[in-house]
Amino acid sequence: MSVLHIVNKSPYDRYSLDTCLRLARPDSAVLLIEDGIYAALKNAAASERVQQALENHQIYALEPDLQARGINPDNMIDGISLVDYDGFVKLTTDYDKSQSWL
Amino acid sequence: MKFGILVNEGPYTHQASDTAYHFTAAALRAGHEIVRVFFYHDGVNNGTRLSVPPQDDRNISERWSELAKAHDVELILCVAAAQRRGLLDEDEARRAGKDSDNMAPGFQISGLGQLIDAGIQAERLIVFGD
Repeated sequence: MSVLHIVNKSPYDRYSLDTCLRLARPDSAVLLIEDGIYAALKNAAASERVQQALENHQIYALEPDLQARGINPDNMIDGISLVDYDGFVKLTTDYDKSQSWL
Repeated sequence: MKFGILVNEGPYTHQASDTAYHFTAAALRAGHEIVRVFFYHDGVNNGTRLSVPPQDDRNISERWSELAKAHDVELILCVAAAQRRGLLDEDEARRAGKDSDNMAPGFQISGLGQLIDAGIQAERLIVFGD
């Protein structure tokens, strides 16, 4: 059973991304939305953990939320894919379950 | 595919109401069915028709009402969460002896069973909150 983990909190605010990555199975994916977007930044305190997670998980980030926070895609960790809301919907259909880490 | 949507956060709080709205609109655009949008906890505040945001800002409750009208989407507020927060339809206002209701068009008050039912009916239940 494949799972899409949806993380909407900054890794600099809460531990939800760390908890998610600790428990997520290798075939599951992570979608960063809202303040979760900050985990996609490279050269930041959480970058190494996220980079490591990319070895086992597909990681996506919601582009409108990236834009809303003024983050240039060039400052994102390589390997993270951008999706829009249509892509968000598509991801929830591609994976069997969605888990929101509120 | 059939979707159920759960909104646990109030409007203008953080971002969950907005994300839930944009997700629901995108799912409808893609031809999916929305079984129900269930508003729980502070999420019930999405259902007030007395919200008056500045003209250059989005009107979150009106936006939900328009979506419900255009696509026949069921918008349900949890009754216990709604009563605590002063969200009343005509029946509830009368029963509680209040002078007015404040339910936005397209919203209905019902019980938590409707969330369980959405979870059973829908193939995906997507949760938005803080």
